[in-house]
Amino acid sequence: MTEILTLSGISKRFGGLTAVSDLTFSLKAGEVVGLLGPNGSGKTTVMNMISGFFAPSQGTIALKGEAIQGLPSHRIAPKGVARTFQLVRALPSLTVAQNVETALAFGRHKLWGRIARERALHHLEEVGLAGRAEERACDITYIDQKRMELARALATEPDLLLLDEWLAGLNPTELQTGISLIRSLERQGMTILLVEHVMDAIRALCSRCVVMNAGRKIADGATDEVLRDPDVVRAYLGDDHA
Amino acid sequence: MTLKSFGSVLFFLVVLAALAFLPFYAGEYVVTLMIGMTGYVVLATAWALFSGPTRYISLATVAFFGIGAYTVSVLSETLPYVLVLLAAALVGLVVALVVGLATLRLAGVYFVIFSFGLAELVRQLVTWYEVNITGTLGRYIFLPVTSDGIYWQLLALAAATLLFSWAIGRSRLGLALKVIGDDEVVASHCGINIAGVKLALFSVSAVIITLVGAIQAPRWTYIEPSMVFNPTTSFLTLIMALLGGVDRLWGPLLGAIPLFLLFEWLSANFPNHYPIILGLIFIAIVFVLPNGVLAAAERIFSKRRGVTVPAANQGGAL
Ligand SMILES: Nc1ncnc2c1ncn2[C@@H]1O[C@H](COP(=O)(O)OP(=O)(O)OP(=O)(O)O)[C@@H](O)[C@H]1O
Ligand SMILES: [Mg+2]
Repeated sequence: MTEILTLSGISKRFGGLTAVSDLTFSLKAGEVVGLLGPNGSGKTTVMNMISGFFAPSQGTIALKGEAIQGLPSHRIAPKGVARTFQLVRALPSLTVAQNVETALAFGRHKLWGRIARERALHHLEEVGLAGRAEERACDITYIDQKRMELARALATEPDLLLLDEWLAGLNPTELQTGISLIRSLERQGMTILLVEHVMDAIRALCSRCVVMNAGRKIADGATDEVLRDPDVVRAYLGDDHA
Repeated sequence: MTLKSFGSVLFFLVVLAALAFLPFYAGEYVVTLMIGMTGYVVLATAWALFSGPTRYISLATVAFFGIGAYTVSVLSETLPYVLVLLAAALVGLVVALVVGLATLRLAGVYFVIFSFGLAELVRQLVTWYEVNITGTLGRYIFLPVTSDGIYWQLLALAAATLLFSWAIGRSRLGLALKVIGDDEVVASHCGINIAGVKLALFSVSAVIITLVGAIQAPRWTYIEPSMVFNPTTSFLTLIMALLGGVDRLWGPLLGAIPLFLLFEWLSANFPNHYPIILGLIFIAIVFVLPNGVLAAAERIFSKRRGVTVPAANQGGAL
């Protein structure tokens, strides 16, 4: 398997605060990897640097061998990177279908009109929003907005999908549906980096995990081993439990 | 094409034809009035083309208007008329691209101030050049263009601008604008080049405004910087567009017509108090109808029928 994404020595400083510090890891094509860490450890910031929302203060990011650090999001997205946001970002004045069509219209294939419509409906069905196309994005529930956001990401047919706590807030049944959805994406060959706090989901989905604490990488390896790692346990539960 | 949209197109064409024949049955005074009115319809529509979706409040209108008029005054003796207009459009485009690249990063009030400053800067530059290099302040424009001719050109420009604005509403660019208006982060993650879209719109709007100045220039025979770079033009355009509503295709037009007539009447009858009245009207519009008369009318109308109006979208009307 070849590496699709490589972060080398990535740092991000906000004024005096170092949110991410000298982080290095890589993803192989087709892998589903968990990015874990306690609150405020810098996970979302890493996602933001990969998707081009922030430029890293230091270090390089390579996507399929091409340096992308510091490029704006609209240049990175067409290279095959799509994401969802920790706090859902719907396009409230558009319909559910139009939200997805947006990704098609400006994505890699610049699809527009009837084809875009058909693709959008297909992706809405994929995430469980069949028949909801004409509803306004601001009228549907938070969970449905999350689904819609995933459909919008999938519509670009990304090689690399970044999911920032996409499974958070789902009830147990929805969680099972969500997990099987991500599994089906994995079967399609998509590489997925997911930030998640739901341990069951991590165990079910991720063969490998990268764990961060206070902006630094503290573990990187097979999921069961990483979750048993004393450093990781200490980071999550505090010193007493190590 | 549905029957309804076919009807709308037919109506648009009939009105346009009726307006085009106006000089044959109306007097000189009416044509002069219509030149001013059509000019402001184009200015307000072009202004809203950029400022409506991006929410950038521009006071640079008169900078481009004046550039258009001045280019004509400089080139009218050396080039054929069509090329003069083309040259004016080109100058407007270049200035818009340079200014846009430098300033569309500015947000909110900084952009407003800059755009106002730009108009003043251009005026001062032209004045300085004329006084120190050319040695005169004003310029004469001798062009064999009749006022009927000016009126027809402006009418054609108005039709083209409305058509363009309508077409944008249903194009990918229109979708990009809605997405940017909703959430710039999502827009950019979907692959939309936000700066590029804004620059494109700013430039198109600026070129149209430049053409209004260029087409109207022969009307005056003699121009000087304080005439064609008068900031009142920028303010009037802005008030008209805001009154009609910048989110709807017909909004700026419906704001421009009554306000233009009102201002004509006011400046004829109360020449001394005109600026004060202008200011008061401006304040009233911003406070009473922040989304424009069309939005207010739709709200009242829908309350009566008990339906909710979806958020504004461009181009649905034709
Ligand atoms: N735009 C920003 N400006 C300033 N500080 C920021 C910004 N974004 C994140 N931070 C800071 O960087 C640190 C890491 O934040 P980040 O959101 O990446 O954490 P996280 O691991 O995603 O946390 P959570 O699990 O709560 O989502 C925090 O201290 C946060 O306050
Ligand atoms: Mg986070």
